[in-house]
Amino acid sequence: MTGNADIVAVPVRHYGRWVGAAVVIALLVVLVYGFSQGNIDYGTTWQYFTADTIVSGMWNTLLISLLAQALGVGLGVVAAVMRTSKNPVTSAVAWFYIWFFRGTPVLVQLLVWYNLSLVFPTIGLPGIASWDTNSLMTPFLAALLGLGINEGAYMAEIVRAGIGSVDHGQTEAAHALGLSPTKTMRRIVLPQAMRVIIPPTGNEFINMLKTSSLAYAVQFDELLLSAVGIYSSNLMVIELLFTVSLWYLVLTSVFSVGQYYLERRFSRGTSRATRSRGLLGQVAANLRLGRTR
Amino acid sequence: MTGPMVEARGVRKYYGSLQVLRGIDLDVAEGEVMCLVGPSGSGKSTFLRCINHLERLDGGTLRVRGRLVGFEERKGKLYEMREREIASQRLDIGMVFQRFNLFPHMTALQNVMEAPVQVRREKTAAARKRALDLLERVGLADKCGAYPGMLSGGQQQRVAIARALAMEPKLMLFDEPTSALDPELVGEVLDVMRQLAESGMTMVVVTHEMGFAREVGDSMVFMDQGVVVESGSPKDVLSNPQHARTQAFLSKVL
Repeated sequence: MTGNADIVAVPVRHYGRWVGAAVVIALLVVLVYGFSQGNIDYGTTWQYFTADTIVSGMWNTLLISLLAQALGVGLGVVAAVMRTSKNPVTSAVAWFYIWFFRGTPVLVQLLVWYNLSLVFPTIGLPGIASWDTNSLMTPFLAALLGLGINEGAYMAEIVRAGIGSVDHGQTEAAHALGLSPTKTMRRIVLPQAMRVIIPPTGNEFINMLKTSSLAYAVQFDELLLSAVGIYSSNLMVIELLFTVSLWYLVLTSVFSVGQYYLERRFSRGTSRATRSRGLLGQVAANLRLGRTR
Repeated sequence: MTGPMVEARGVRKYYGSLQVLRGIDLDVAEGEVMCLVGPSGSGKSTFLRCINHLERLDGGTLRVRGRLVGFEERKGKLYEMREREIASQRLDIGMVFQRFNLFPHMTALQNVMEAPVQVRREKTAAARKRALDLLERVGLADKCGAYPGMLSGGQQQRVAIARALAMEPKLMLFDEPTSALDPELVGEVLDVMRQLAESGMTMVVVTHEMGFAREVGDSMVFMDQGVVVESGSPKDVLSNPQHARTQAFLSKVL
């Protein structure tokens, strides 16, 4: 082999991968067969997949998850910036918020919001206006506050990590140009922190889609509650739980794709590698068996 | 304007118990190009960063254009400035960093436009035109749409100089502007700095480029262990150093 001839060589054979694939497929077959023979009526699962109650529950799940996550991201950014503040009062308030809402069960938080009238029977400004808490605190509002405020505490830590990942030289350069601390954070630091913040936020949102099922405890008509309503009359418990699980799978899959494109958008200017492969190319690369990568 | 552009008297700075600046006295006149040289750890970068209050001094006084930096004097008492006041004080002072510190999520043009638009509230179109002029001045008119990650080190540093000039500073600080560059890229940055010096800009340059200091500098200050050991015209300091420490340092770098 001399000169300019291209290399022709036998690639490394990965026999282990073929064995591994065979074992995995065999196990899968056993599992699927087992479930298909079990005492579960899959017809019912399918039949309810597109039932009005279930579909409307799915939309409510989607709505509350999006709104609660948006609230969480907003609170998280504010709390993270407060946490990194030089002002000890601001920083302590943020610390307490994160400590308290991460440290208590979200189910309890939901129930406390829903039963806020136990503490404050009326809400308003004394002498000006006042409302009955019970009529104000709808299941929707309780779910939004409970899930969103709890999420904000987790998001705060994610955003704080993102802020910490930005090189301090960026802040110095912005300060040297005369940008105020607020502008520096908003224009320079946060946009760069996004690259680190988005992947775990996608993770949080997917978690939120499923955690939102806890809102059934405050009578919010989300996906799980709609299934509970059906199976408590027809007693097809597992069948209906499978139905809603399928919907959760669909929702999480859709948002995983969205996350991929969002990540690509925010890696702009920093990494050149992400542009090369489209989403399908990525999937194909993950599935490829015989070739080395 | 009368009086010096920068006036330092007894400037001291501590990091914990370590004293990095032990009383620096120096003046930089308007239009002067001063080169700060010395071994690493001598405090020259720290002193430079004190001039625009990226570091807070712990003792002495430092004035830029007659105004105390970072503090305000009222009835014989010193008051620390608020962040916003410090920010506005920095508008007259441009700074160029060793590692460029361009904003990686913005194009070269956006980097240069950022401060004029965000801080001085210039109209986008006007800021854009000036930014293009500045990029042309540093020889990068064709790179205005490029992100910093796509530019060479020398190009990035030239964008950084244009970015600092966009605020029309009266004083430019350079913190080892060529130390992070490949040798063949050093020249293009020094050329831009030479042009800037010729245009009359007041410059304080921390550097190891003795050739640049000799050719462009009006004065040279040699620092070691937090004090000014020797100062004078670059020719005198470089070819006829008086102090043993200066001699030892120069024998290693020349």
